[in-house]
Amino acid sequence: MPRRVLDPQFVIEHLSILDSDGNLDTALEPDIAPADLKRLYRAMLLGRRLDERMVRLQRQGRIGTFAPIKGQEASQMGSVFTLRPTDWMVPSFRETAAMIYRGWPIEKVLLLFAGSLEGGRPAPDQHDLPITVPVATQLPHAVGLAYAAQYREDNVVVMAYFGDGATSEGDFHEALNFAGVWHVPIVFVCQNNQWAISVPIKKQTHSRTLAQKALAYGFPGIQVDGNDVLAVYAASREAVERARAGEGPTLIECVTYRLGVHTTADDPTKYRSEEEVKAWEQKDPLTRFNAYLQKKNLLEEGLEEQIDAEIAAAVQRFEAMAAADPLTIFDHVYAELPPHLRAQKEELRERLEKDVERRADEELPPPLPMRGQRKTSRWQN
Amino acid sequence: MAVMTYREALNLALREEMHRDPRVFLIGEEIGLYDGAYKVTQGLLKEFGERRVVDTPICESGFTGVAVGAAMLGLRPVVEMMTFNFSILALDQIVNSAAKLYYMSGGQYSVPMVIRGPGGPAHQLAAQHSQSMEVYFYHVPGLKVVRPSTPRDAKGLLKSAIRDDNPVIFIEAETLYGIKGEVPDDPEFTIPLGKAEIRREGTDVTVFAYMGMMYRALEVAEELAKEGISCEVVDPRTLRPMDIETMIGSVRKTHRAVVVEAGAGFAGMGSEIAAFVTENAFDDLDAPVERITGANAPMPYAKNLEQAKTPSKEKIIATIRRVCSA
Repeated sequence: MPRRVLDPQFVIEHLSILDSDGNLDTALEPDIAPADLKRLYRAMLLGRRLDERMVRLQRQGRIGTFAPIKGQEASQMGSVFTLRPTDWMVPSFRETAAMIYRGWPIEKVLLLFAGSLEGGRPAPDQHDLPITVPVATQLPHAVGLAYAAQYREDNVVVMAYFGDGATSEGDFHEALNFAGVWHVPIVFVCQNNQWAISVPIKKQTHSRTLAQKALAYGFPGIQVDGNDVLAVYAASREAVERARAGEGPTLIECVTYRLGVHTTADDPTKYRSEEEVKAWEQKDPLTRFNAYLQKKNLLEEGLEEQIDAEIAAAVQRFEAMAAADPLTIFDHVYAELPPHLRAQKEELRERLEKDVERRADEELPPPLPMRGQRKTSRWQN
Repeated sequence: MAVMTYREALNLALREEMHRDPRVFLIGEEIGLYDGAYKVTQGLLKEFGERRVVDTPICESGFTGVAVGAAMLGLRPVVEMMTFNFSILALDQIVNSAAKLYYMSGGQYSVPMVIRGPGGPAHQLAAQHSQSMEVYFYHVPGLKVVRPSTPRDAKGLLKSAIRDDNPVIFIEAETLYGIKGEVPDDPEFTIPLGKAEIRREGTDVTVFAYMGMMYRALEVAEELAKEGISCEVVDPRTLRPMDIETMIGSVRKTHRAVVVEAGAGFAGMGSEIAAFVTENAFDDLDAPVERITGANAPMPYAKNLEQAKTPSKEKIIATIRRVCSA
């Protein structure tokens, strides 16, 4: 009869283990083998260096628009590091470091952002989905993978990535609702980088945290310092173990910051202050992890040079690749080539052959700049 | 050969394919305990259990998206839309995910799934439940679209759709669930996707029509035969990919074509077939291709208004007479 408080009363935890001043909570410090700590740092540094290189490649028109990860290395690597190769990784579109760690060759990632479908094709034994650009649509797919894994009795966990903006989408609600009802083995990793292009988190939701949204679906949510790789790792390992033990989904909110542009077609100086960016630069995930490893004497001499050389070699391999064959536009539309596409393919083949004959003596016009590279708008045109 | 209803034929196809392939499972609203809003999934929960007949939360894009994920991992989901009008809620998952992920994964993950349920005008289901939804889907590369008009086709085409490695949109009709017809018992009986069927042979004009309009076209053909006009009624069955050979072959024979379409017309199936015939058989035509479509307005609720909106027998007859006198 009376108005009363229902059980359970919910709490939301925030986890921080290694803060930006280098303070370490040794009671919470996860037990990671020295070799793994080195691998983890290497993957984060590779993510950062590749990201910087890719921005330059894009500015030079050698690859197209992409979403840089700078600042989010700990959120990505701390979480993906807890997966087995047989587990499934479902990216959004900003998980380059995690993709490389999962086995995508660097030149393949470059190929993807240069527009080749081949670059988006996971290897046959690689349990990763391709990137998806529509926001949050990958989340129901991730739940479907987890349902199918349960159906087939595969012993796997699914980890799905998305940003703060995605939590406003219906697909986010739907995926978490289905995951809760079906109790599937999935970990939702939200990289709350504070900005969905120009929309700050305050305009995205009135919730105190994004983690608390999990409670409405009947499973745990935890907020972690997303620039603290140890905290992300600890929370992710716990969530992955729970999922593997049949204890259902978890939502992890990694509080982080996008230090760079949303995509290479974006100019963040138009909507956020330099002071804000500077303040977050002080919390750089690499700086504090570097200091942590230095204390443990685990930093490798010349690692940065080694990584840069690896990236340079991959860029060379990428640039040596032949341009895509126009006739491949008809591949992979259907599992088989239907008659109307066969006819269109034949027509294109004939046209290309004629063009080659006609142009044999002509000088070709310079190629058009790639999308995101154009400096004009429709008004200036 | 057994005589059964269209509904029973669909149910049999689902049952046979679930027995044949353990990867096939059903997912949707009210399909288990309730046996489906139109009873197409009757008895299947009892026979196959909750793992394979999944009652979901009420959320079209959610269960469609989940099915896309399950299909990428190698299962073969059959999604039921309680009515295809609700599939608009899942349009992003169908268009941007189901139809694109095979392509965007460079051929790594196929999406073998069927999305099925009733669509098109029925009896007083009003504006939001009477739309010819196929128009939203056949525009999209990567999707196949099927509209089965008879119990035999319902079984044979649904089985092919389930075995197909692409996402297939399979739109049934409320008004056809109860019709009866002969259906082969053979569990290996299938009808290939992309094959049209000549429902009635004729020499003067080809009438393209499917679902309820196909039956109306047959009635019209019977009446026009009395005045010496011989109609060939062609049912495309699969709207995408279309059967060029049968459809164009018929026009080359009759030299005239009309399309009868229950939907709202503009940019509908009639437009596509008319363009298709013009491109492929212009020199064979003795008259312009004409379309007979529903009025370009939402479907009214009142019975008399509903009738006024839908292509009538009289209108079809008048159009065919005009085309044949040209």
